[in-house]
Amino acid sequence: MADAVTLSINGQTQRMPAGSTVAAAVLLKGVTTFRRSVTGEARAPLCGMGICYECRVTVNGQAHARSCQIVCADGMEVRTDE
Amino acid sequence: MSEEHATDLLIVGAGPAGIAAAVAAHHGKQRITILDDNPHPGGQIWRGETQTPADAAAAKWFKRVRATNAQFINGARIFAQTEKGALLAEMADGETLSLRYQKLILATGARERFLPFPGWTLPNVFGAGGLQALVKGGLPIAGKRVVVAGTGPLLLAVAAYLKKRGAQVLLLAEQAPFSKLVGFGLQVLLSVSKAQQALELNWQLRGVRQEYDCWPVAVHAEAAHGAGKLERVTMRQGRRTFELACDYLACGFHLVPNVEMAALLGCALRAGCVAVDEFQQSSISGVFCAGESTGIGGVEVALIAGQIAGLAASNRHNDARRFFTARAQAQRFADALNRAFALRAELKQLPQADTLVCRCEDVSFAQLQQQPEWRAAKLHTRCGMGPCQGRICGPATEYLFGWQPTSVRPPAFPASIGSLAQVATSSSTSTSGE
Repeated sequence: MADAVTLSINGQTQRMPAGSTVAAAVLLKGVTTFRRSVTGEARAPLCGMGICYECRVTVNGQAHARSCQIVCADGMEVRTDE
Repeated sequence: MSEEHATDLLIVGAGPAGIAAAVAAHHGKQRITILDDNPHPGGQIWRGETQTPADAAAAKWFKRVRATNAQFINGARIFAQTEKGALLAEMADGETLSLRYQKLILATGARERFLPFPGWTLPNVFGAGGLQALVKGGLPIAGKRVVVAGTGPLLLAVAAYLKKRGAQVLLLAEQAPFSKLVGFGLQVLLSVSKAQQALELNWQLRGVRQEYDCWPVAVHAEAAHGAGKLERVTMRQGRRTFELACDYLACGFHLVPNVEMAALLGCALRAGCVAVDEFQQSSISGVFCAGESTGIGGVEVALIAGQIAGLAASNRHNDARRFFTARAQAQRFADALNRAFALRAELKQLPQADTLVCRCEDVSFAQLQQQPEWRAAKLHTRCGMGPCQGRICGPATEYLFGWQPTSVRPPAFPASIGSLAQVATSSSTSTSGE
């Protein structure tokens, strides 16, 4: 396994140690709004273990993916809400 | 399209209870499968141990389970039962996996309890275990100013872990009164191994400010940029309040058993836990349950109960009996611990009228105050109807209002339309076919 992977977060590249979660990569990129709530509030991970669904992002076009449960991969494209 | 997987013993949850169950159950040609929602085995307490081992017990158990024929399926979430012995899971890539088993052991663990207070929905407010999980998932924490708060022994472990990884732990705030914990400390001293663990944690936490009778009352956002992320937190201790500027708040109020999977299958619950007999069998024959989902007991109870479940599921009841005394002893310790960290009544005063309680549907405390019970709240406010399906707000409303959550309906998790179509297909083929 390679030591590091490179993925894209909102069009910007981010390098992460292999095995990192997408949630960690998004936080490291400085993005605090993972998703907008039903009333438009900025939300970010809470539970870190796949329960709360606050860390949802779009991964490779798949919406509502729980970023804390997905491991970063080379070439992965991640999109958060604005 | 769905893939199919048939096994003799299906274990749901690859934490200590699930791993121990597999090790104990392993004999002859029995096929064993361990399925978990997470990308790697280990559950919460042994998260990351397969990649970067740090815990001696975890290393020992992983070595033992690797010596069995147990097959791991990671990143799979069960969302429906099509008939007895047949389950459907959704894989991380969206594919559906159709599972068939003879016997089932549920080792679904626990999650953190979250209590709502003003600002708790802001980015950079995490669970205590939540922040630890993110750091284990690759989030650098070195130099970050962190307040660890809430209740339970997890806080100590989290604070020690974050400090070791270079975080500046400004405060470790435990809501329980010191007097209760002193009582618990006496229990700890009665057990040599526990006392050693406690001393080690204390040594790791040297220099960290620790307060008891202390809890967060509000989190404030960065005003200047309007970025809306945590900037400082207001803490209360007795009658006084004080503020701390920090980067992250790691806050959790002990643990809640994950019983949804068992409830989906129709297993009886007792006091919010999966009800089991002395062999860890649930109210459904052939369906066993071990670990935190049967009551918060910690890793020791989970390992013992997991072995009992594994042995009983393999019809080796006499071997299982040999663990009964050890389980009772470990359980007594866990019961004392749960009593020591009981939630104080003042925490019910934390939410303000506009504080959101349900984060999925943005339902406020004021909206919920007008509701008589959980079901009415769901119908009239959509509380608990979002993607987490009440897993976060349910335990909060149980504490705040004394509401009892009602039955779990499939899908147990939000599943894709494609996966849901599989439920219909599987049900029709299983009734018409075979």
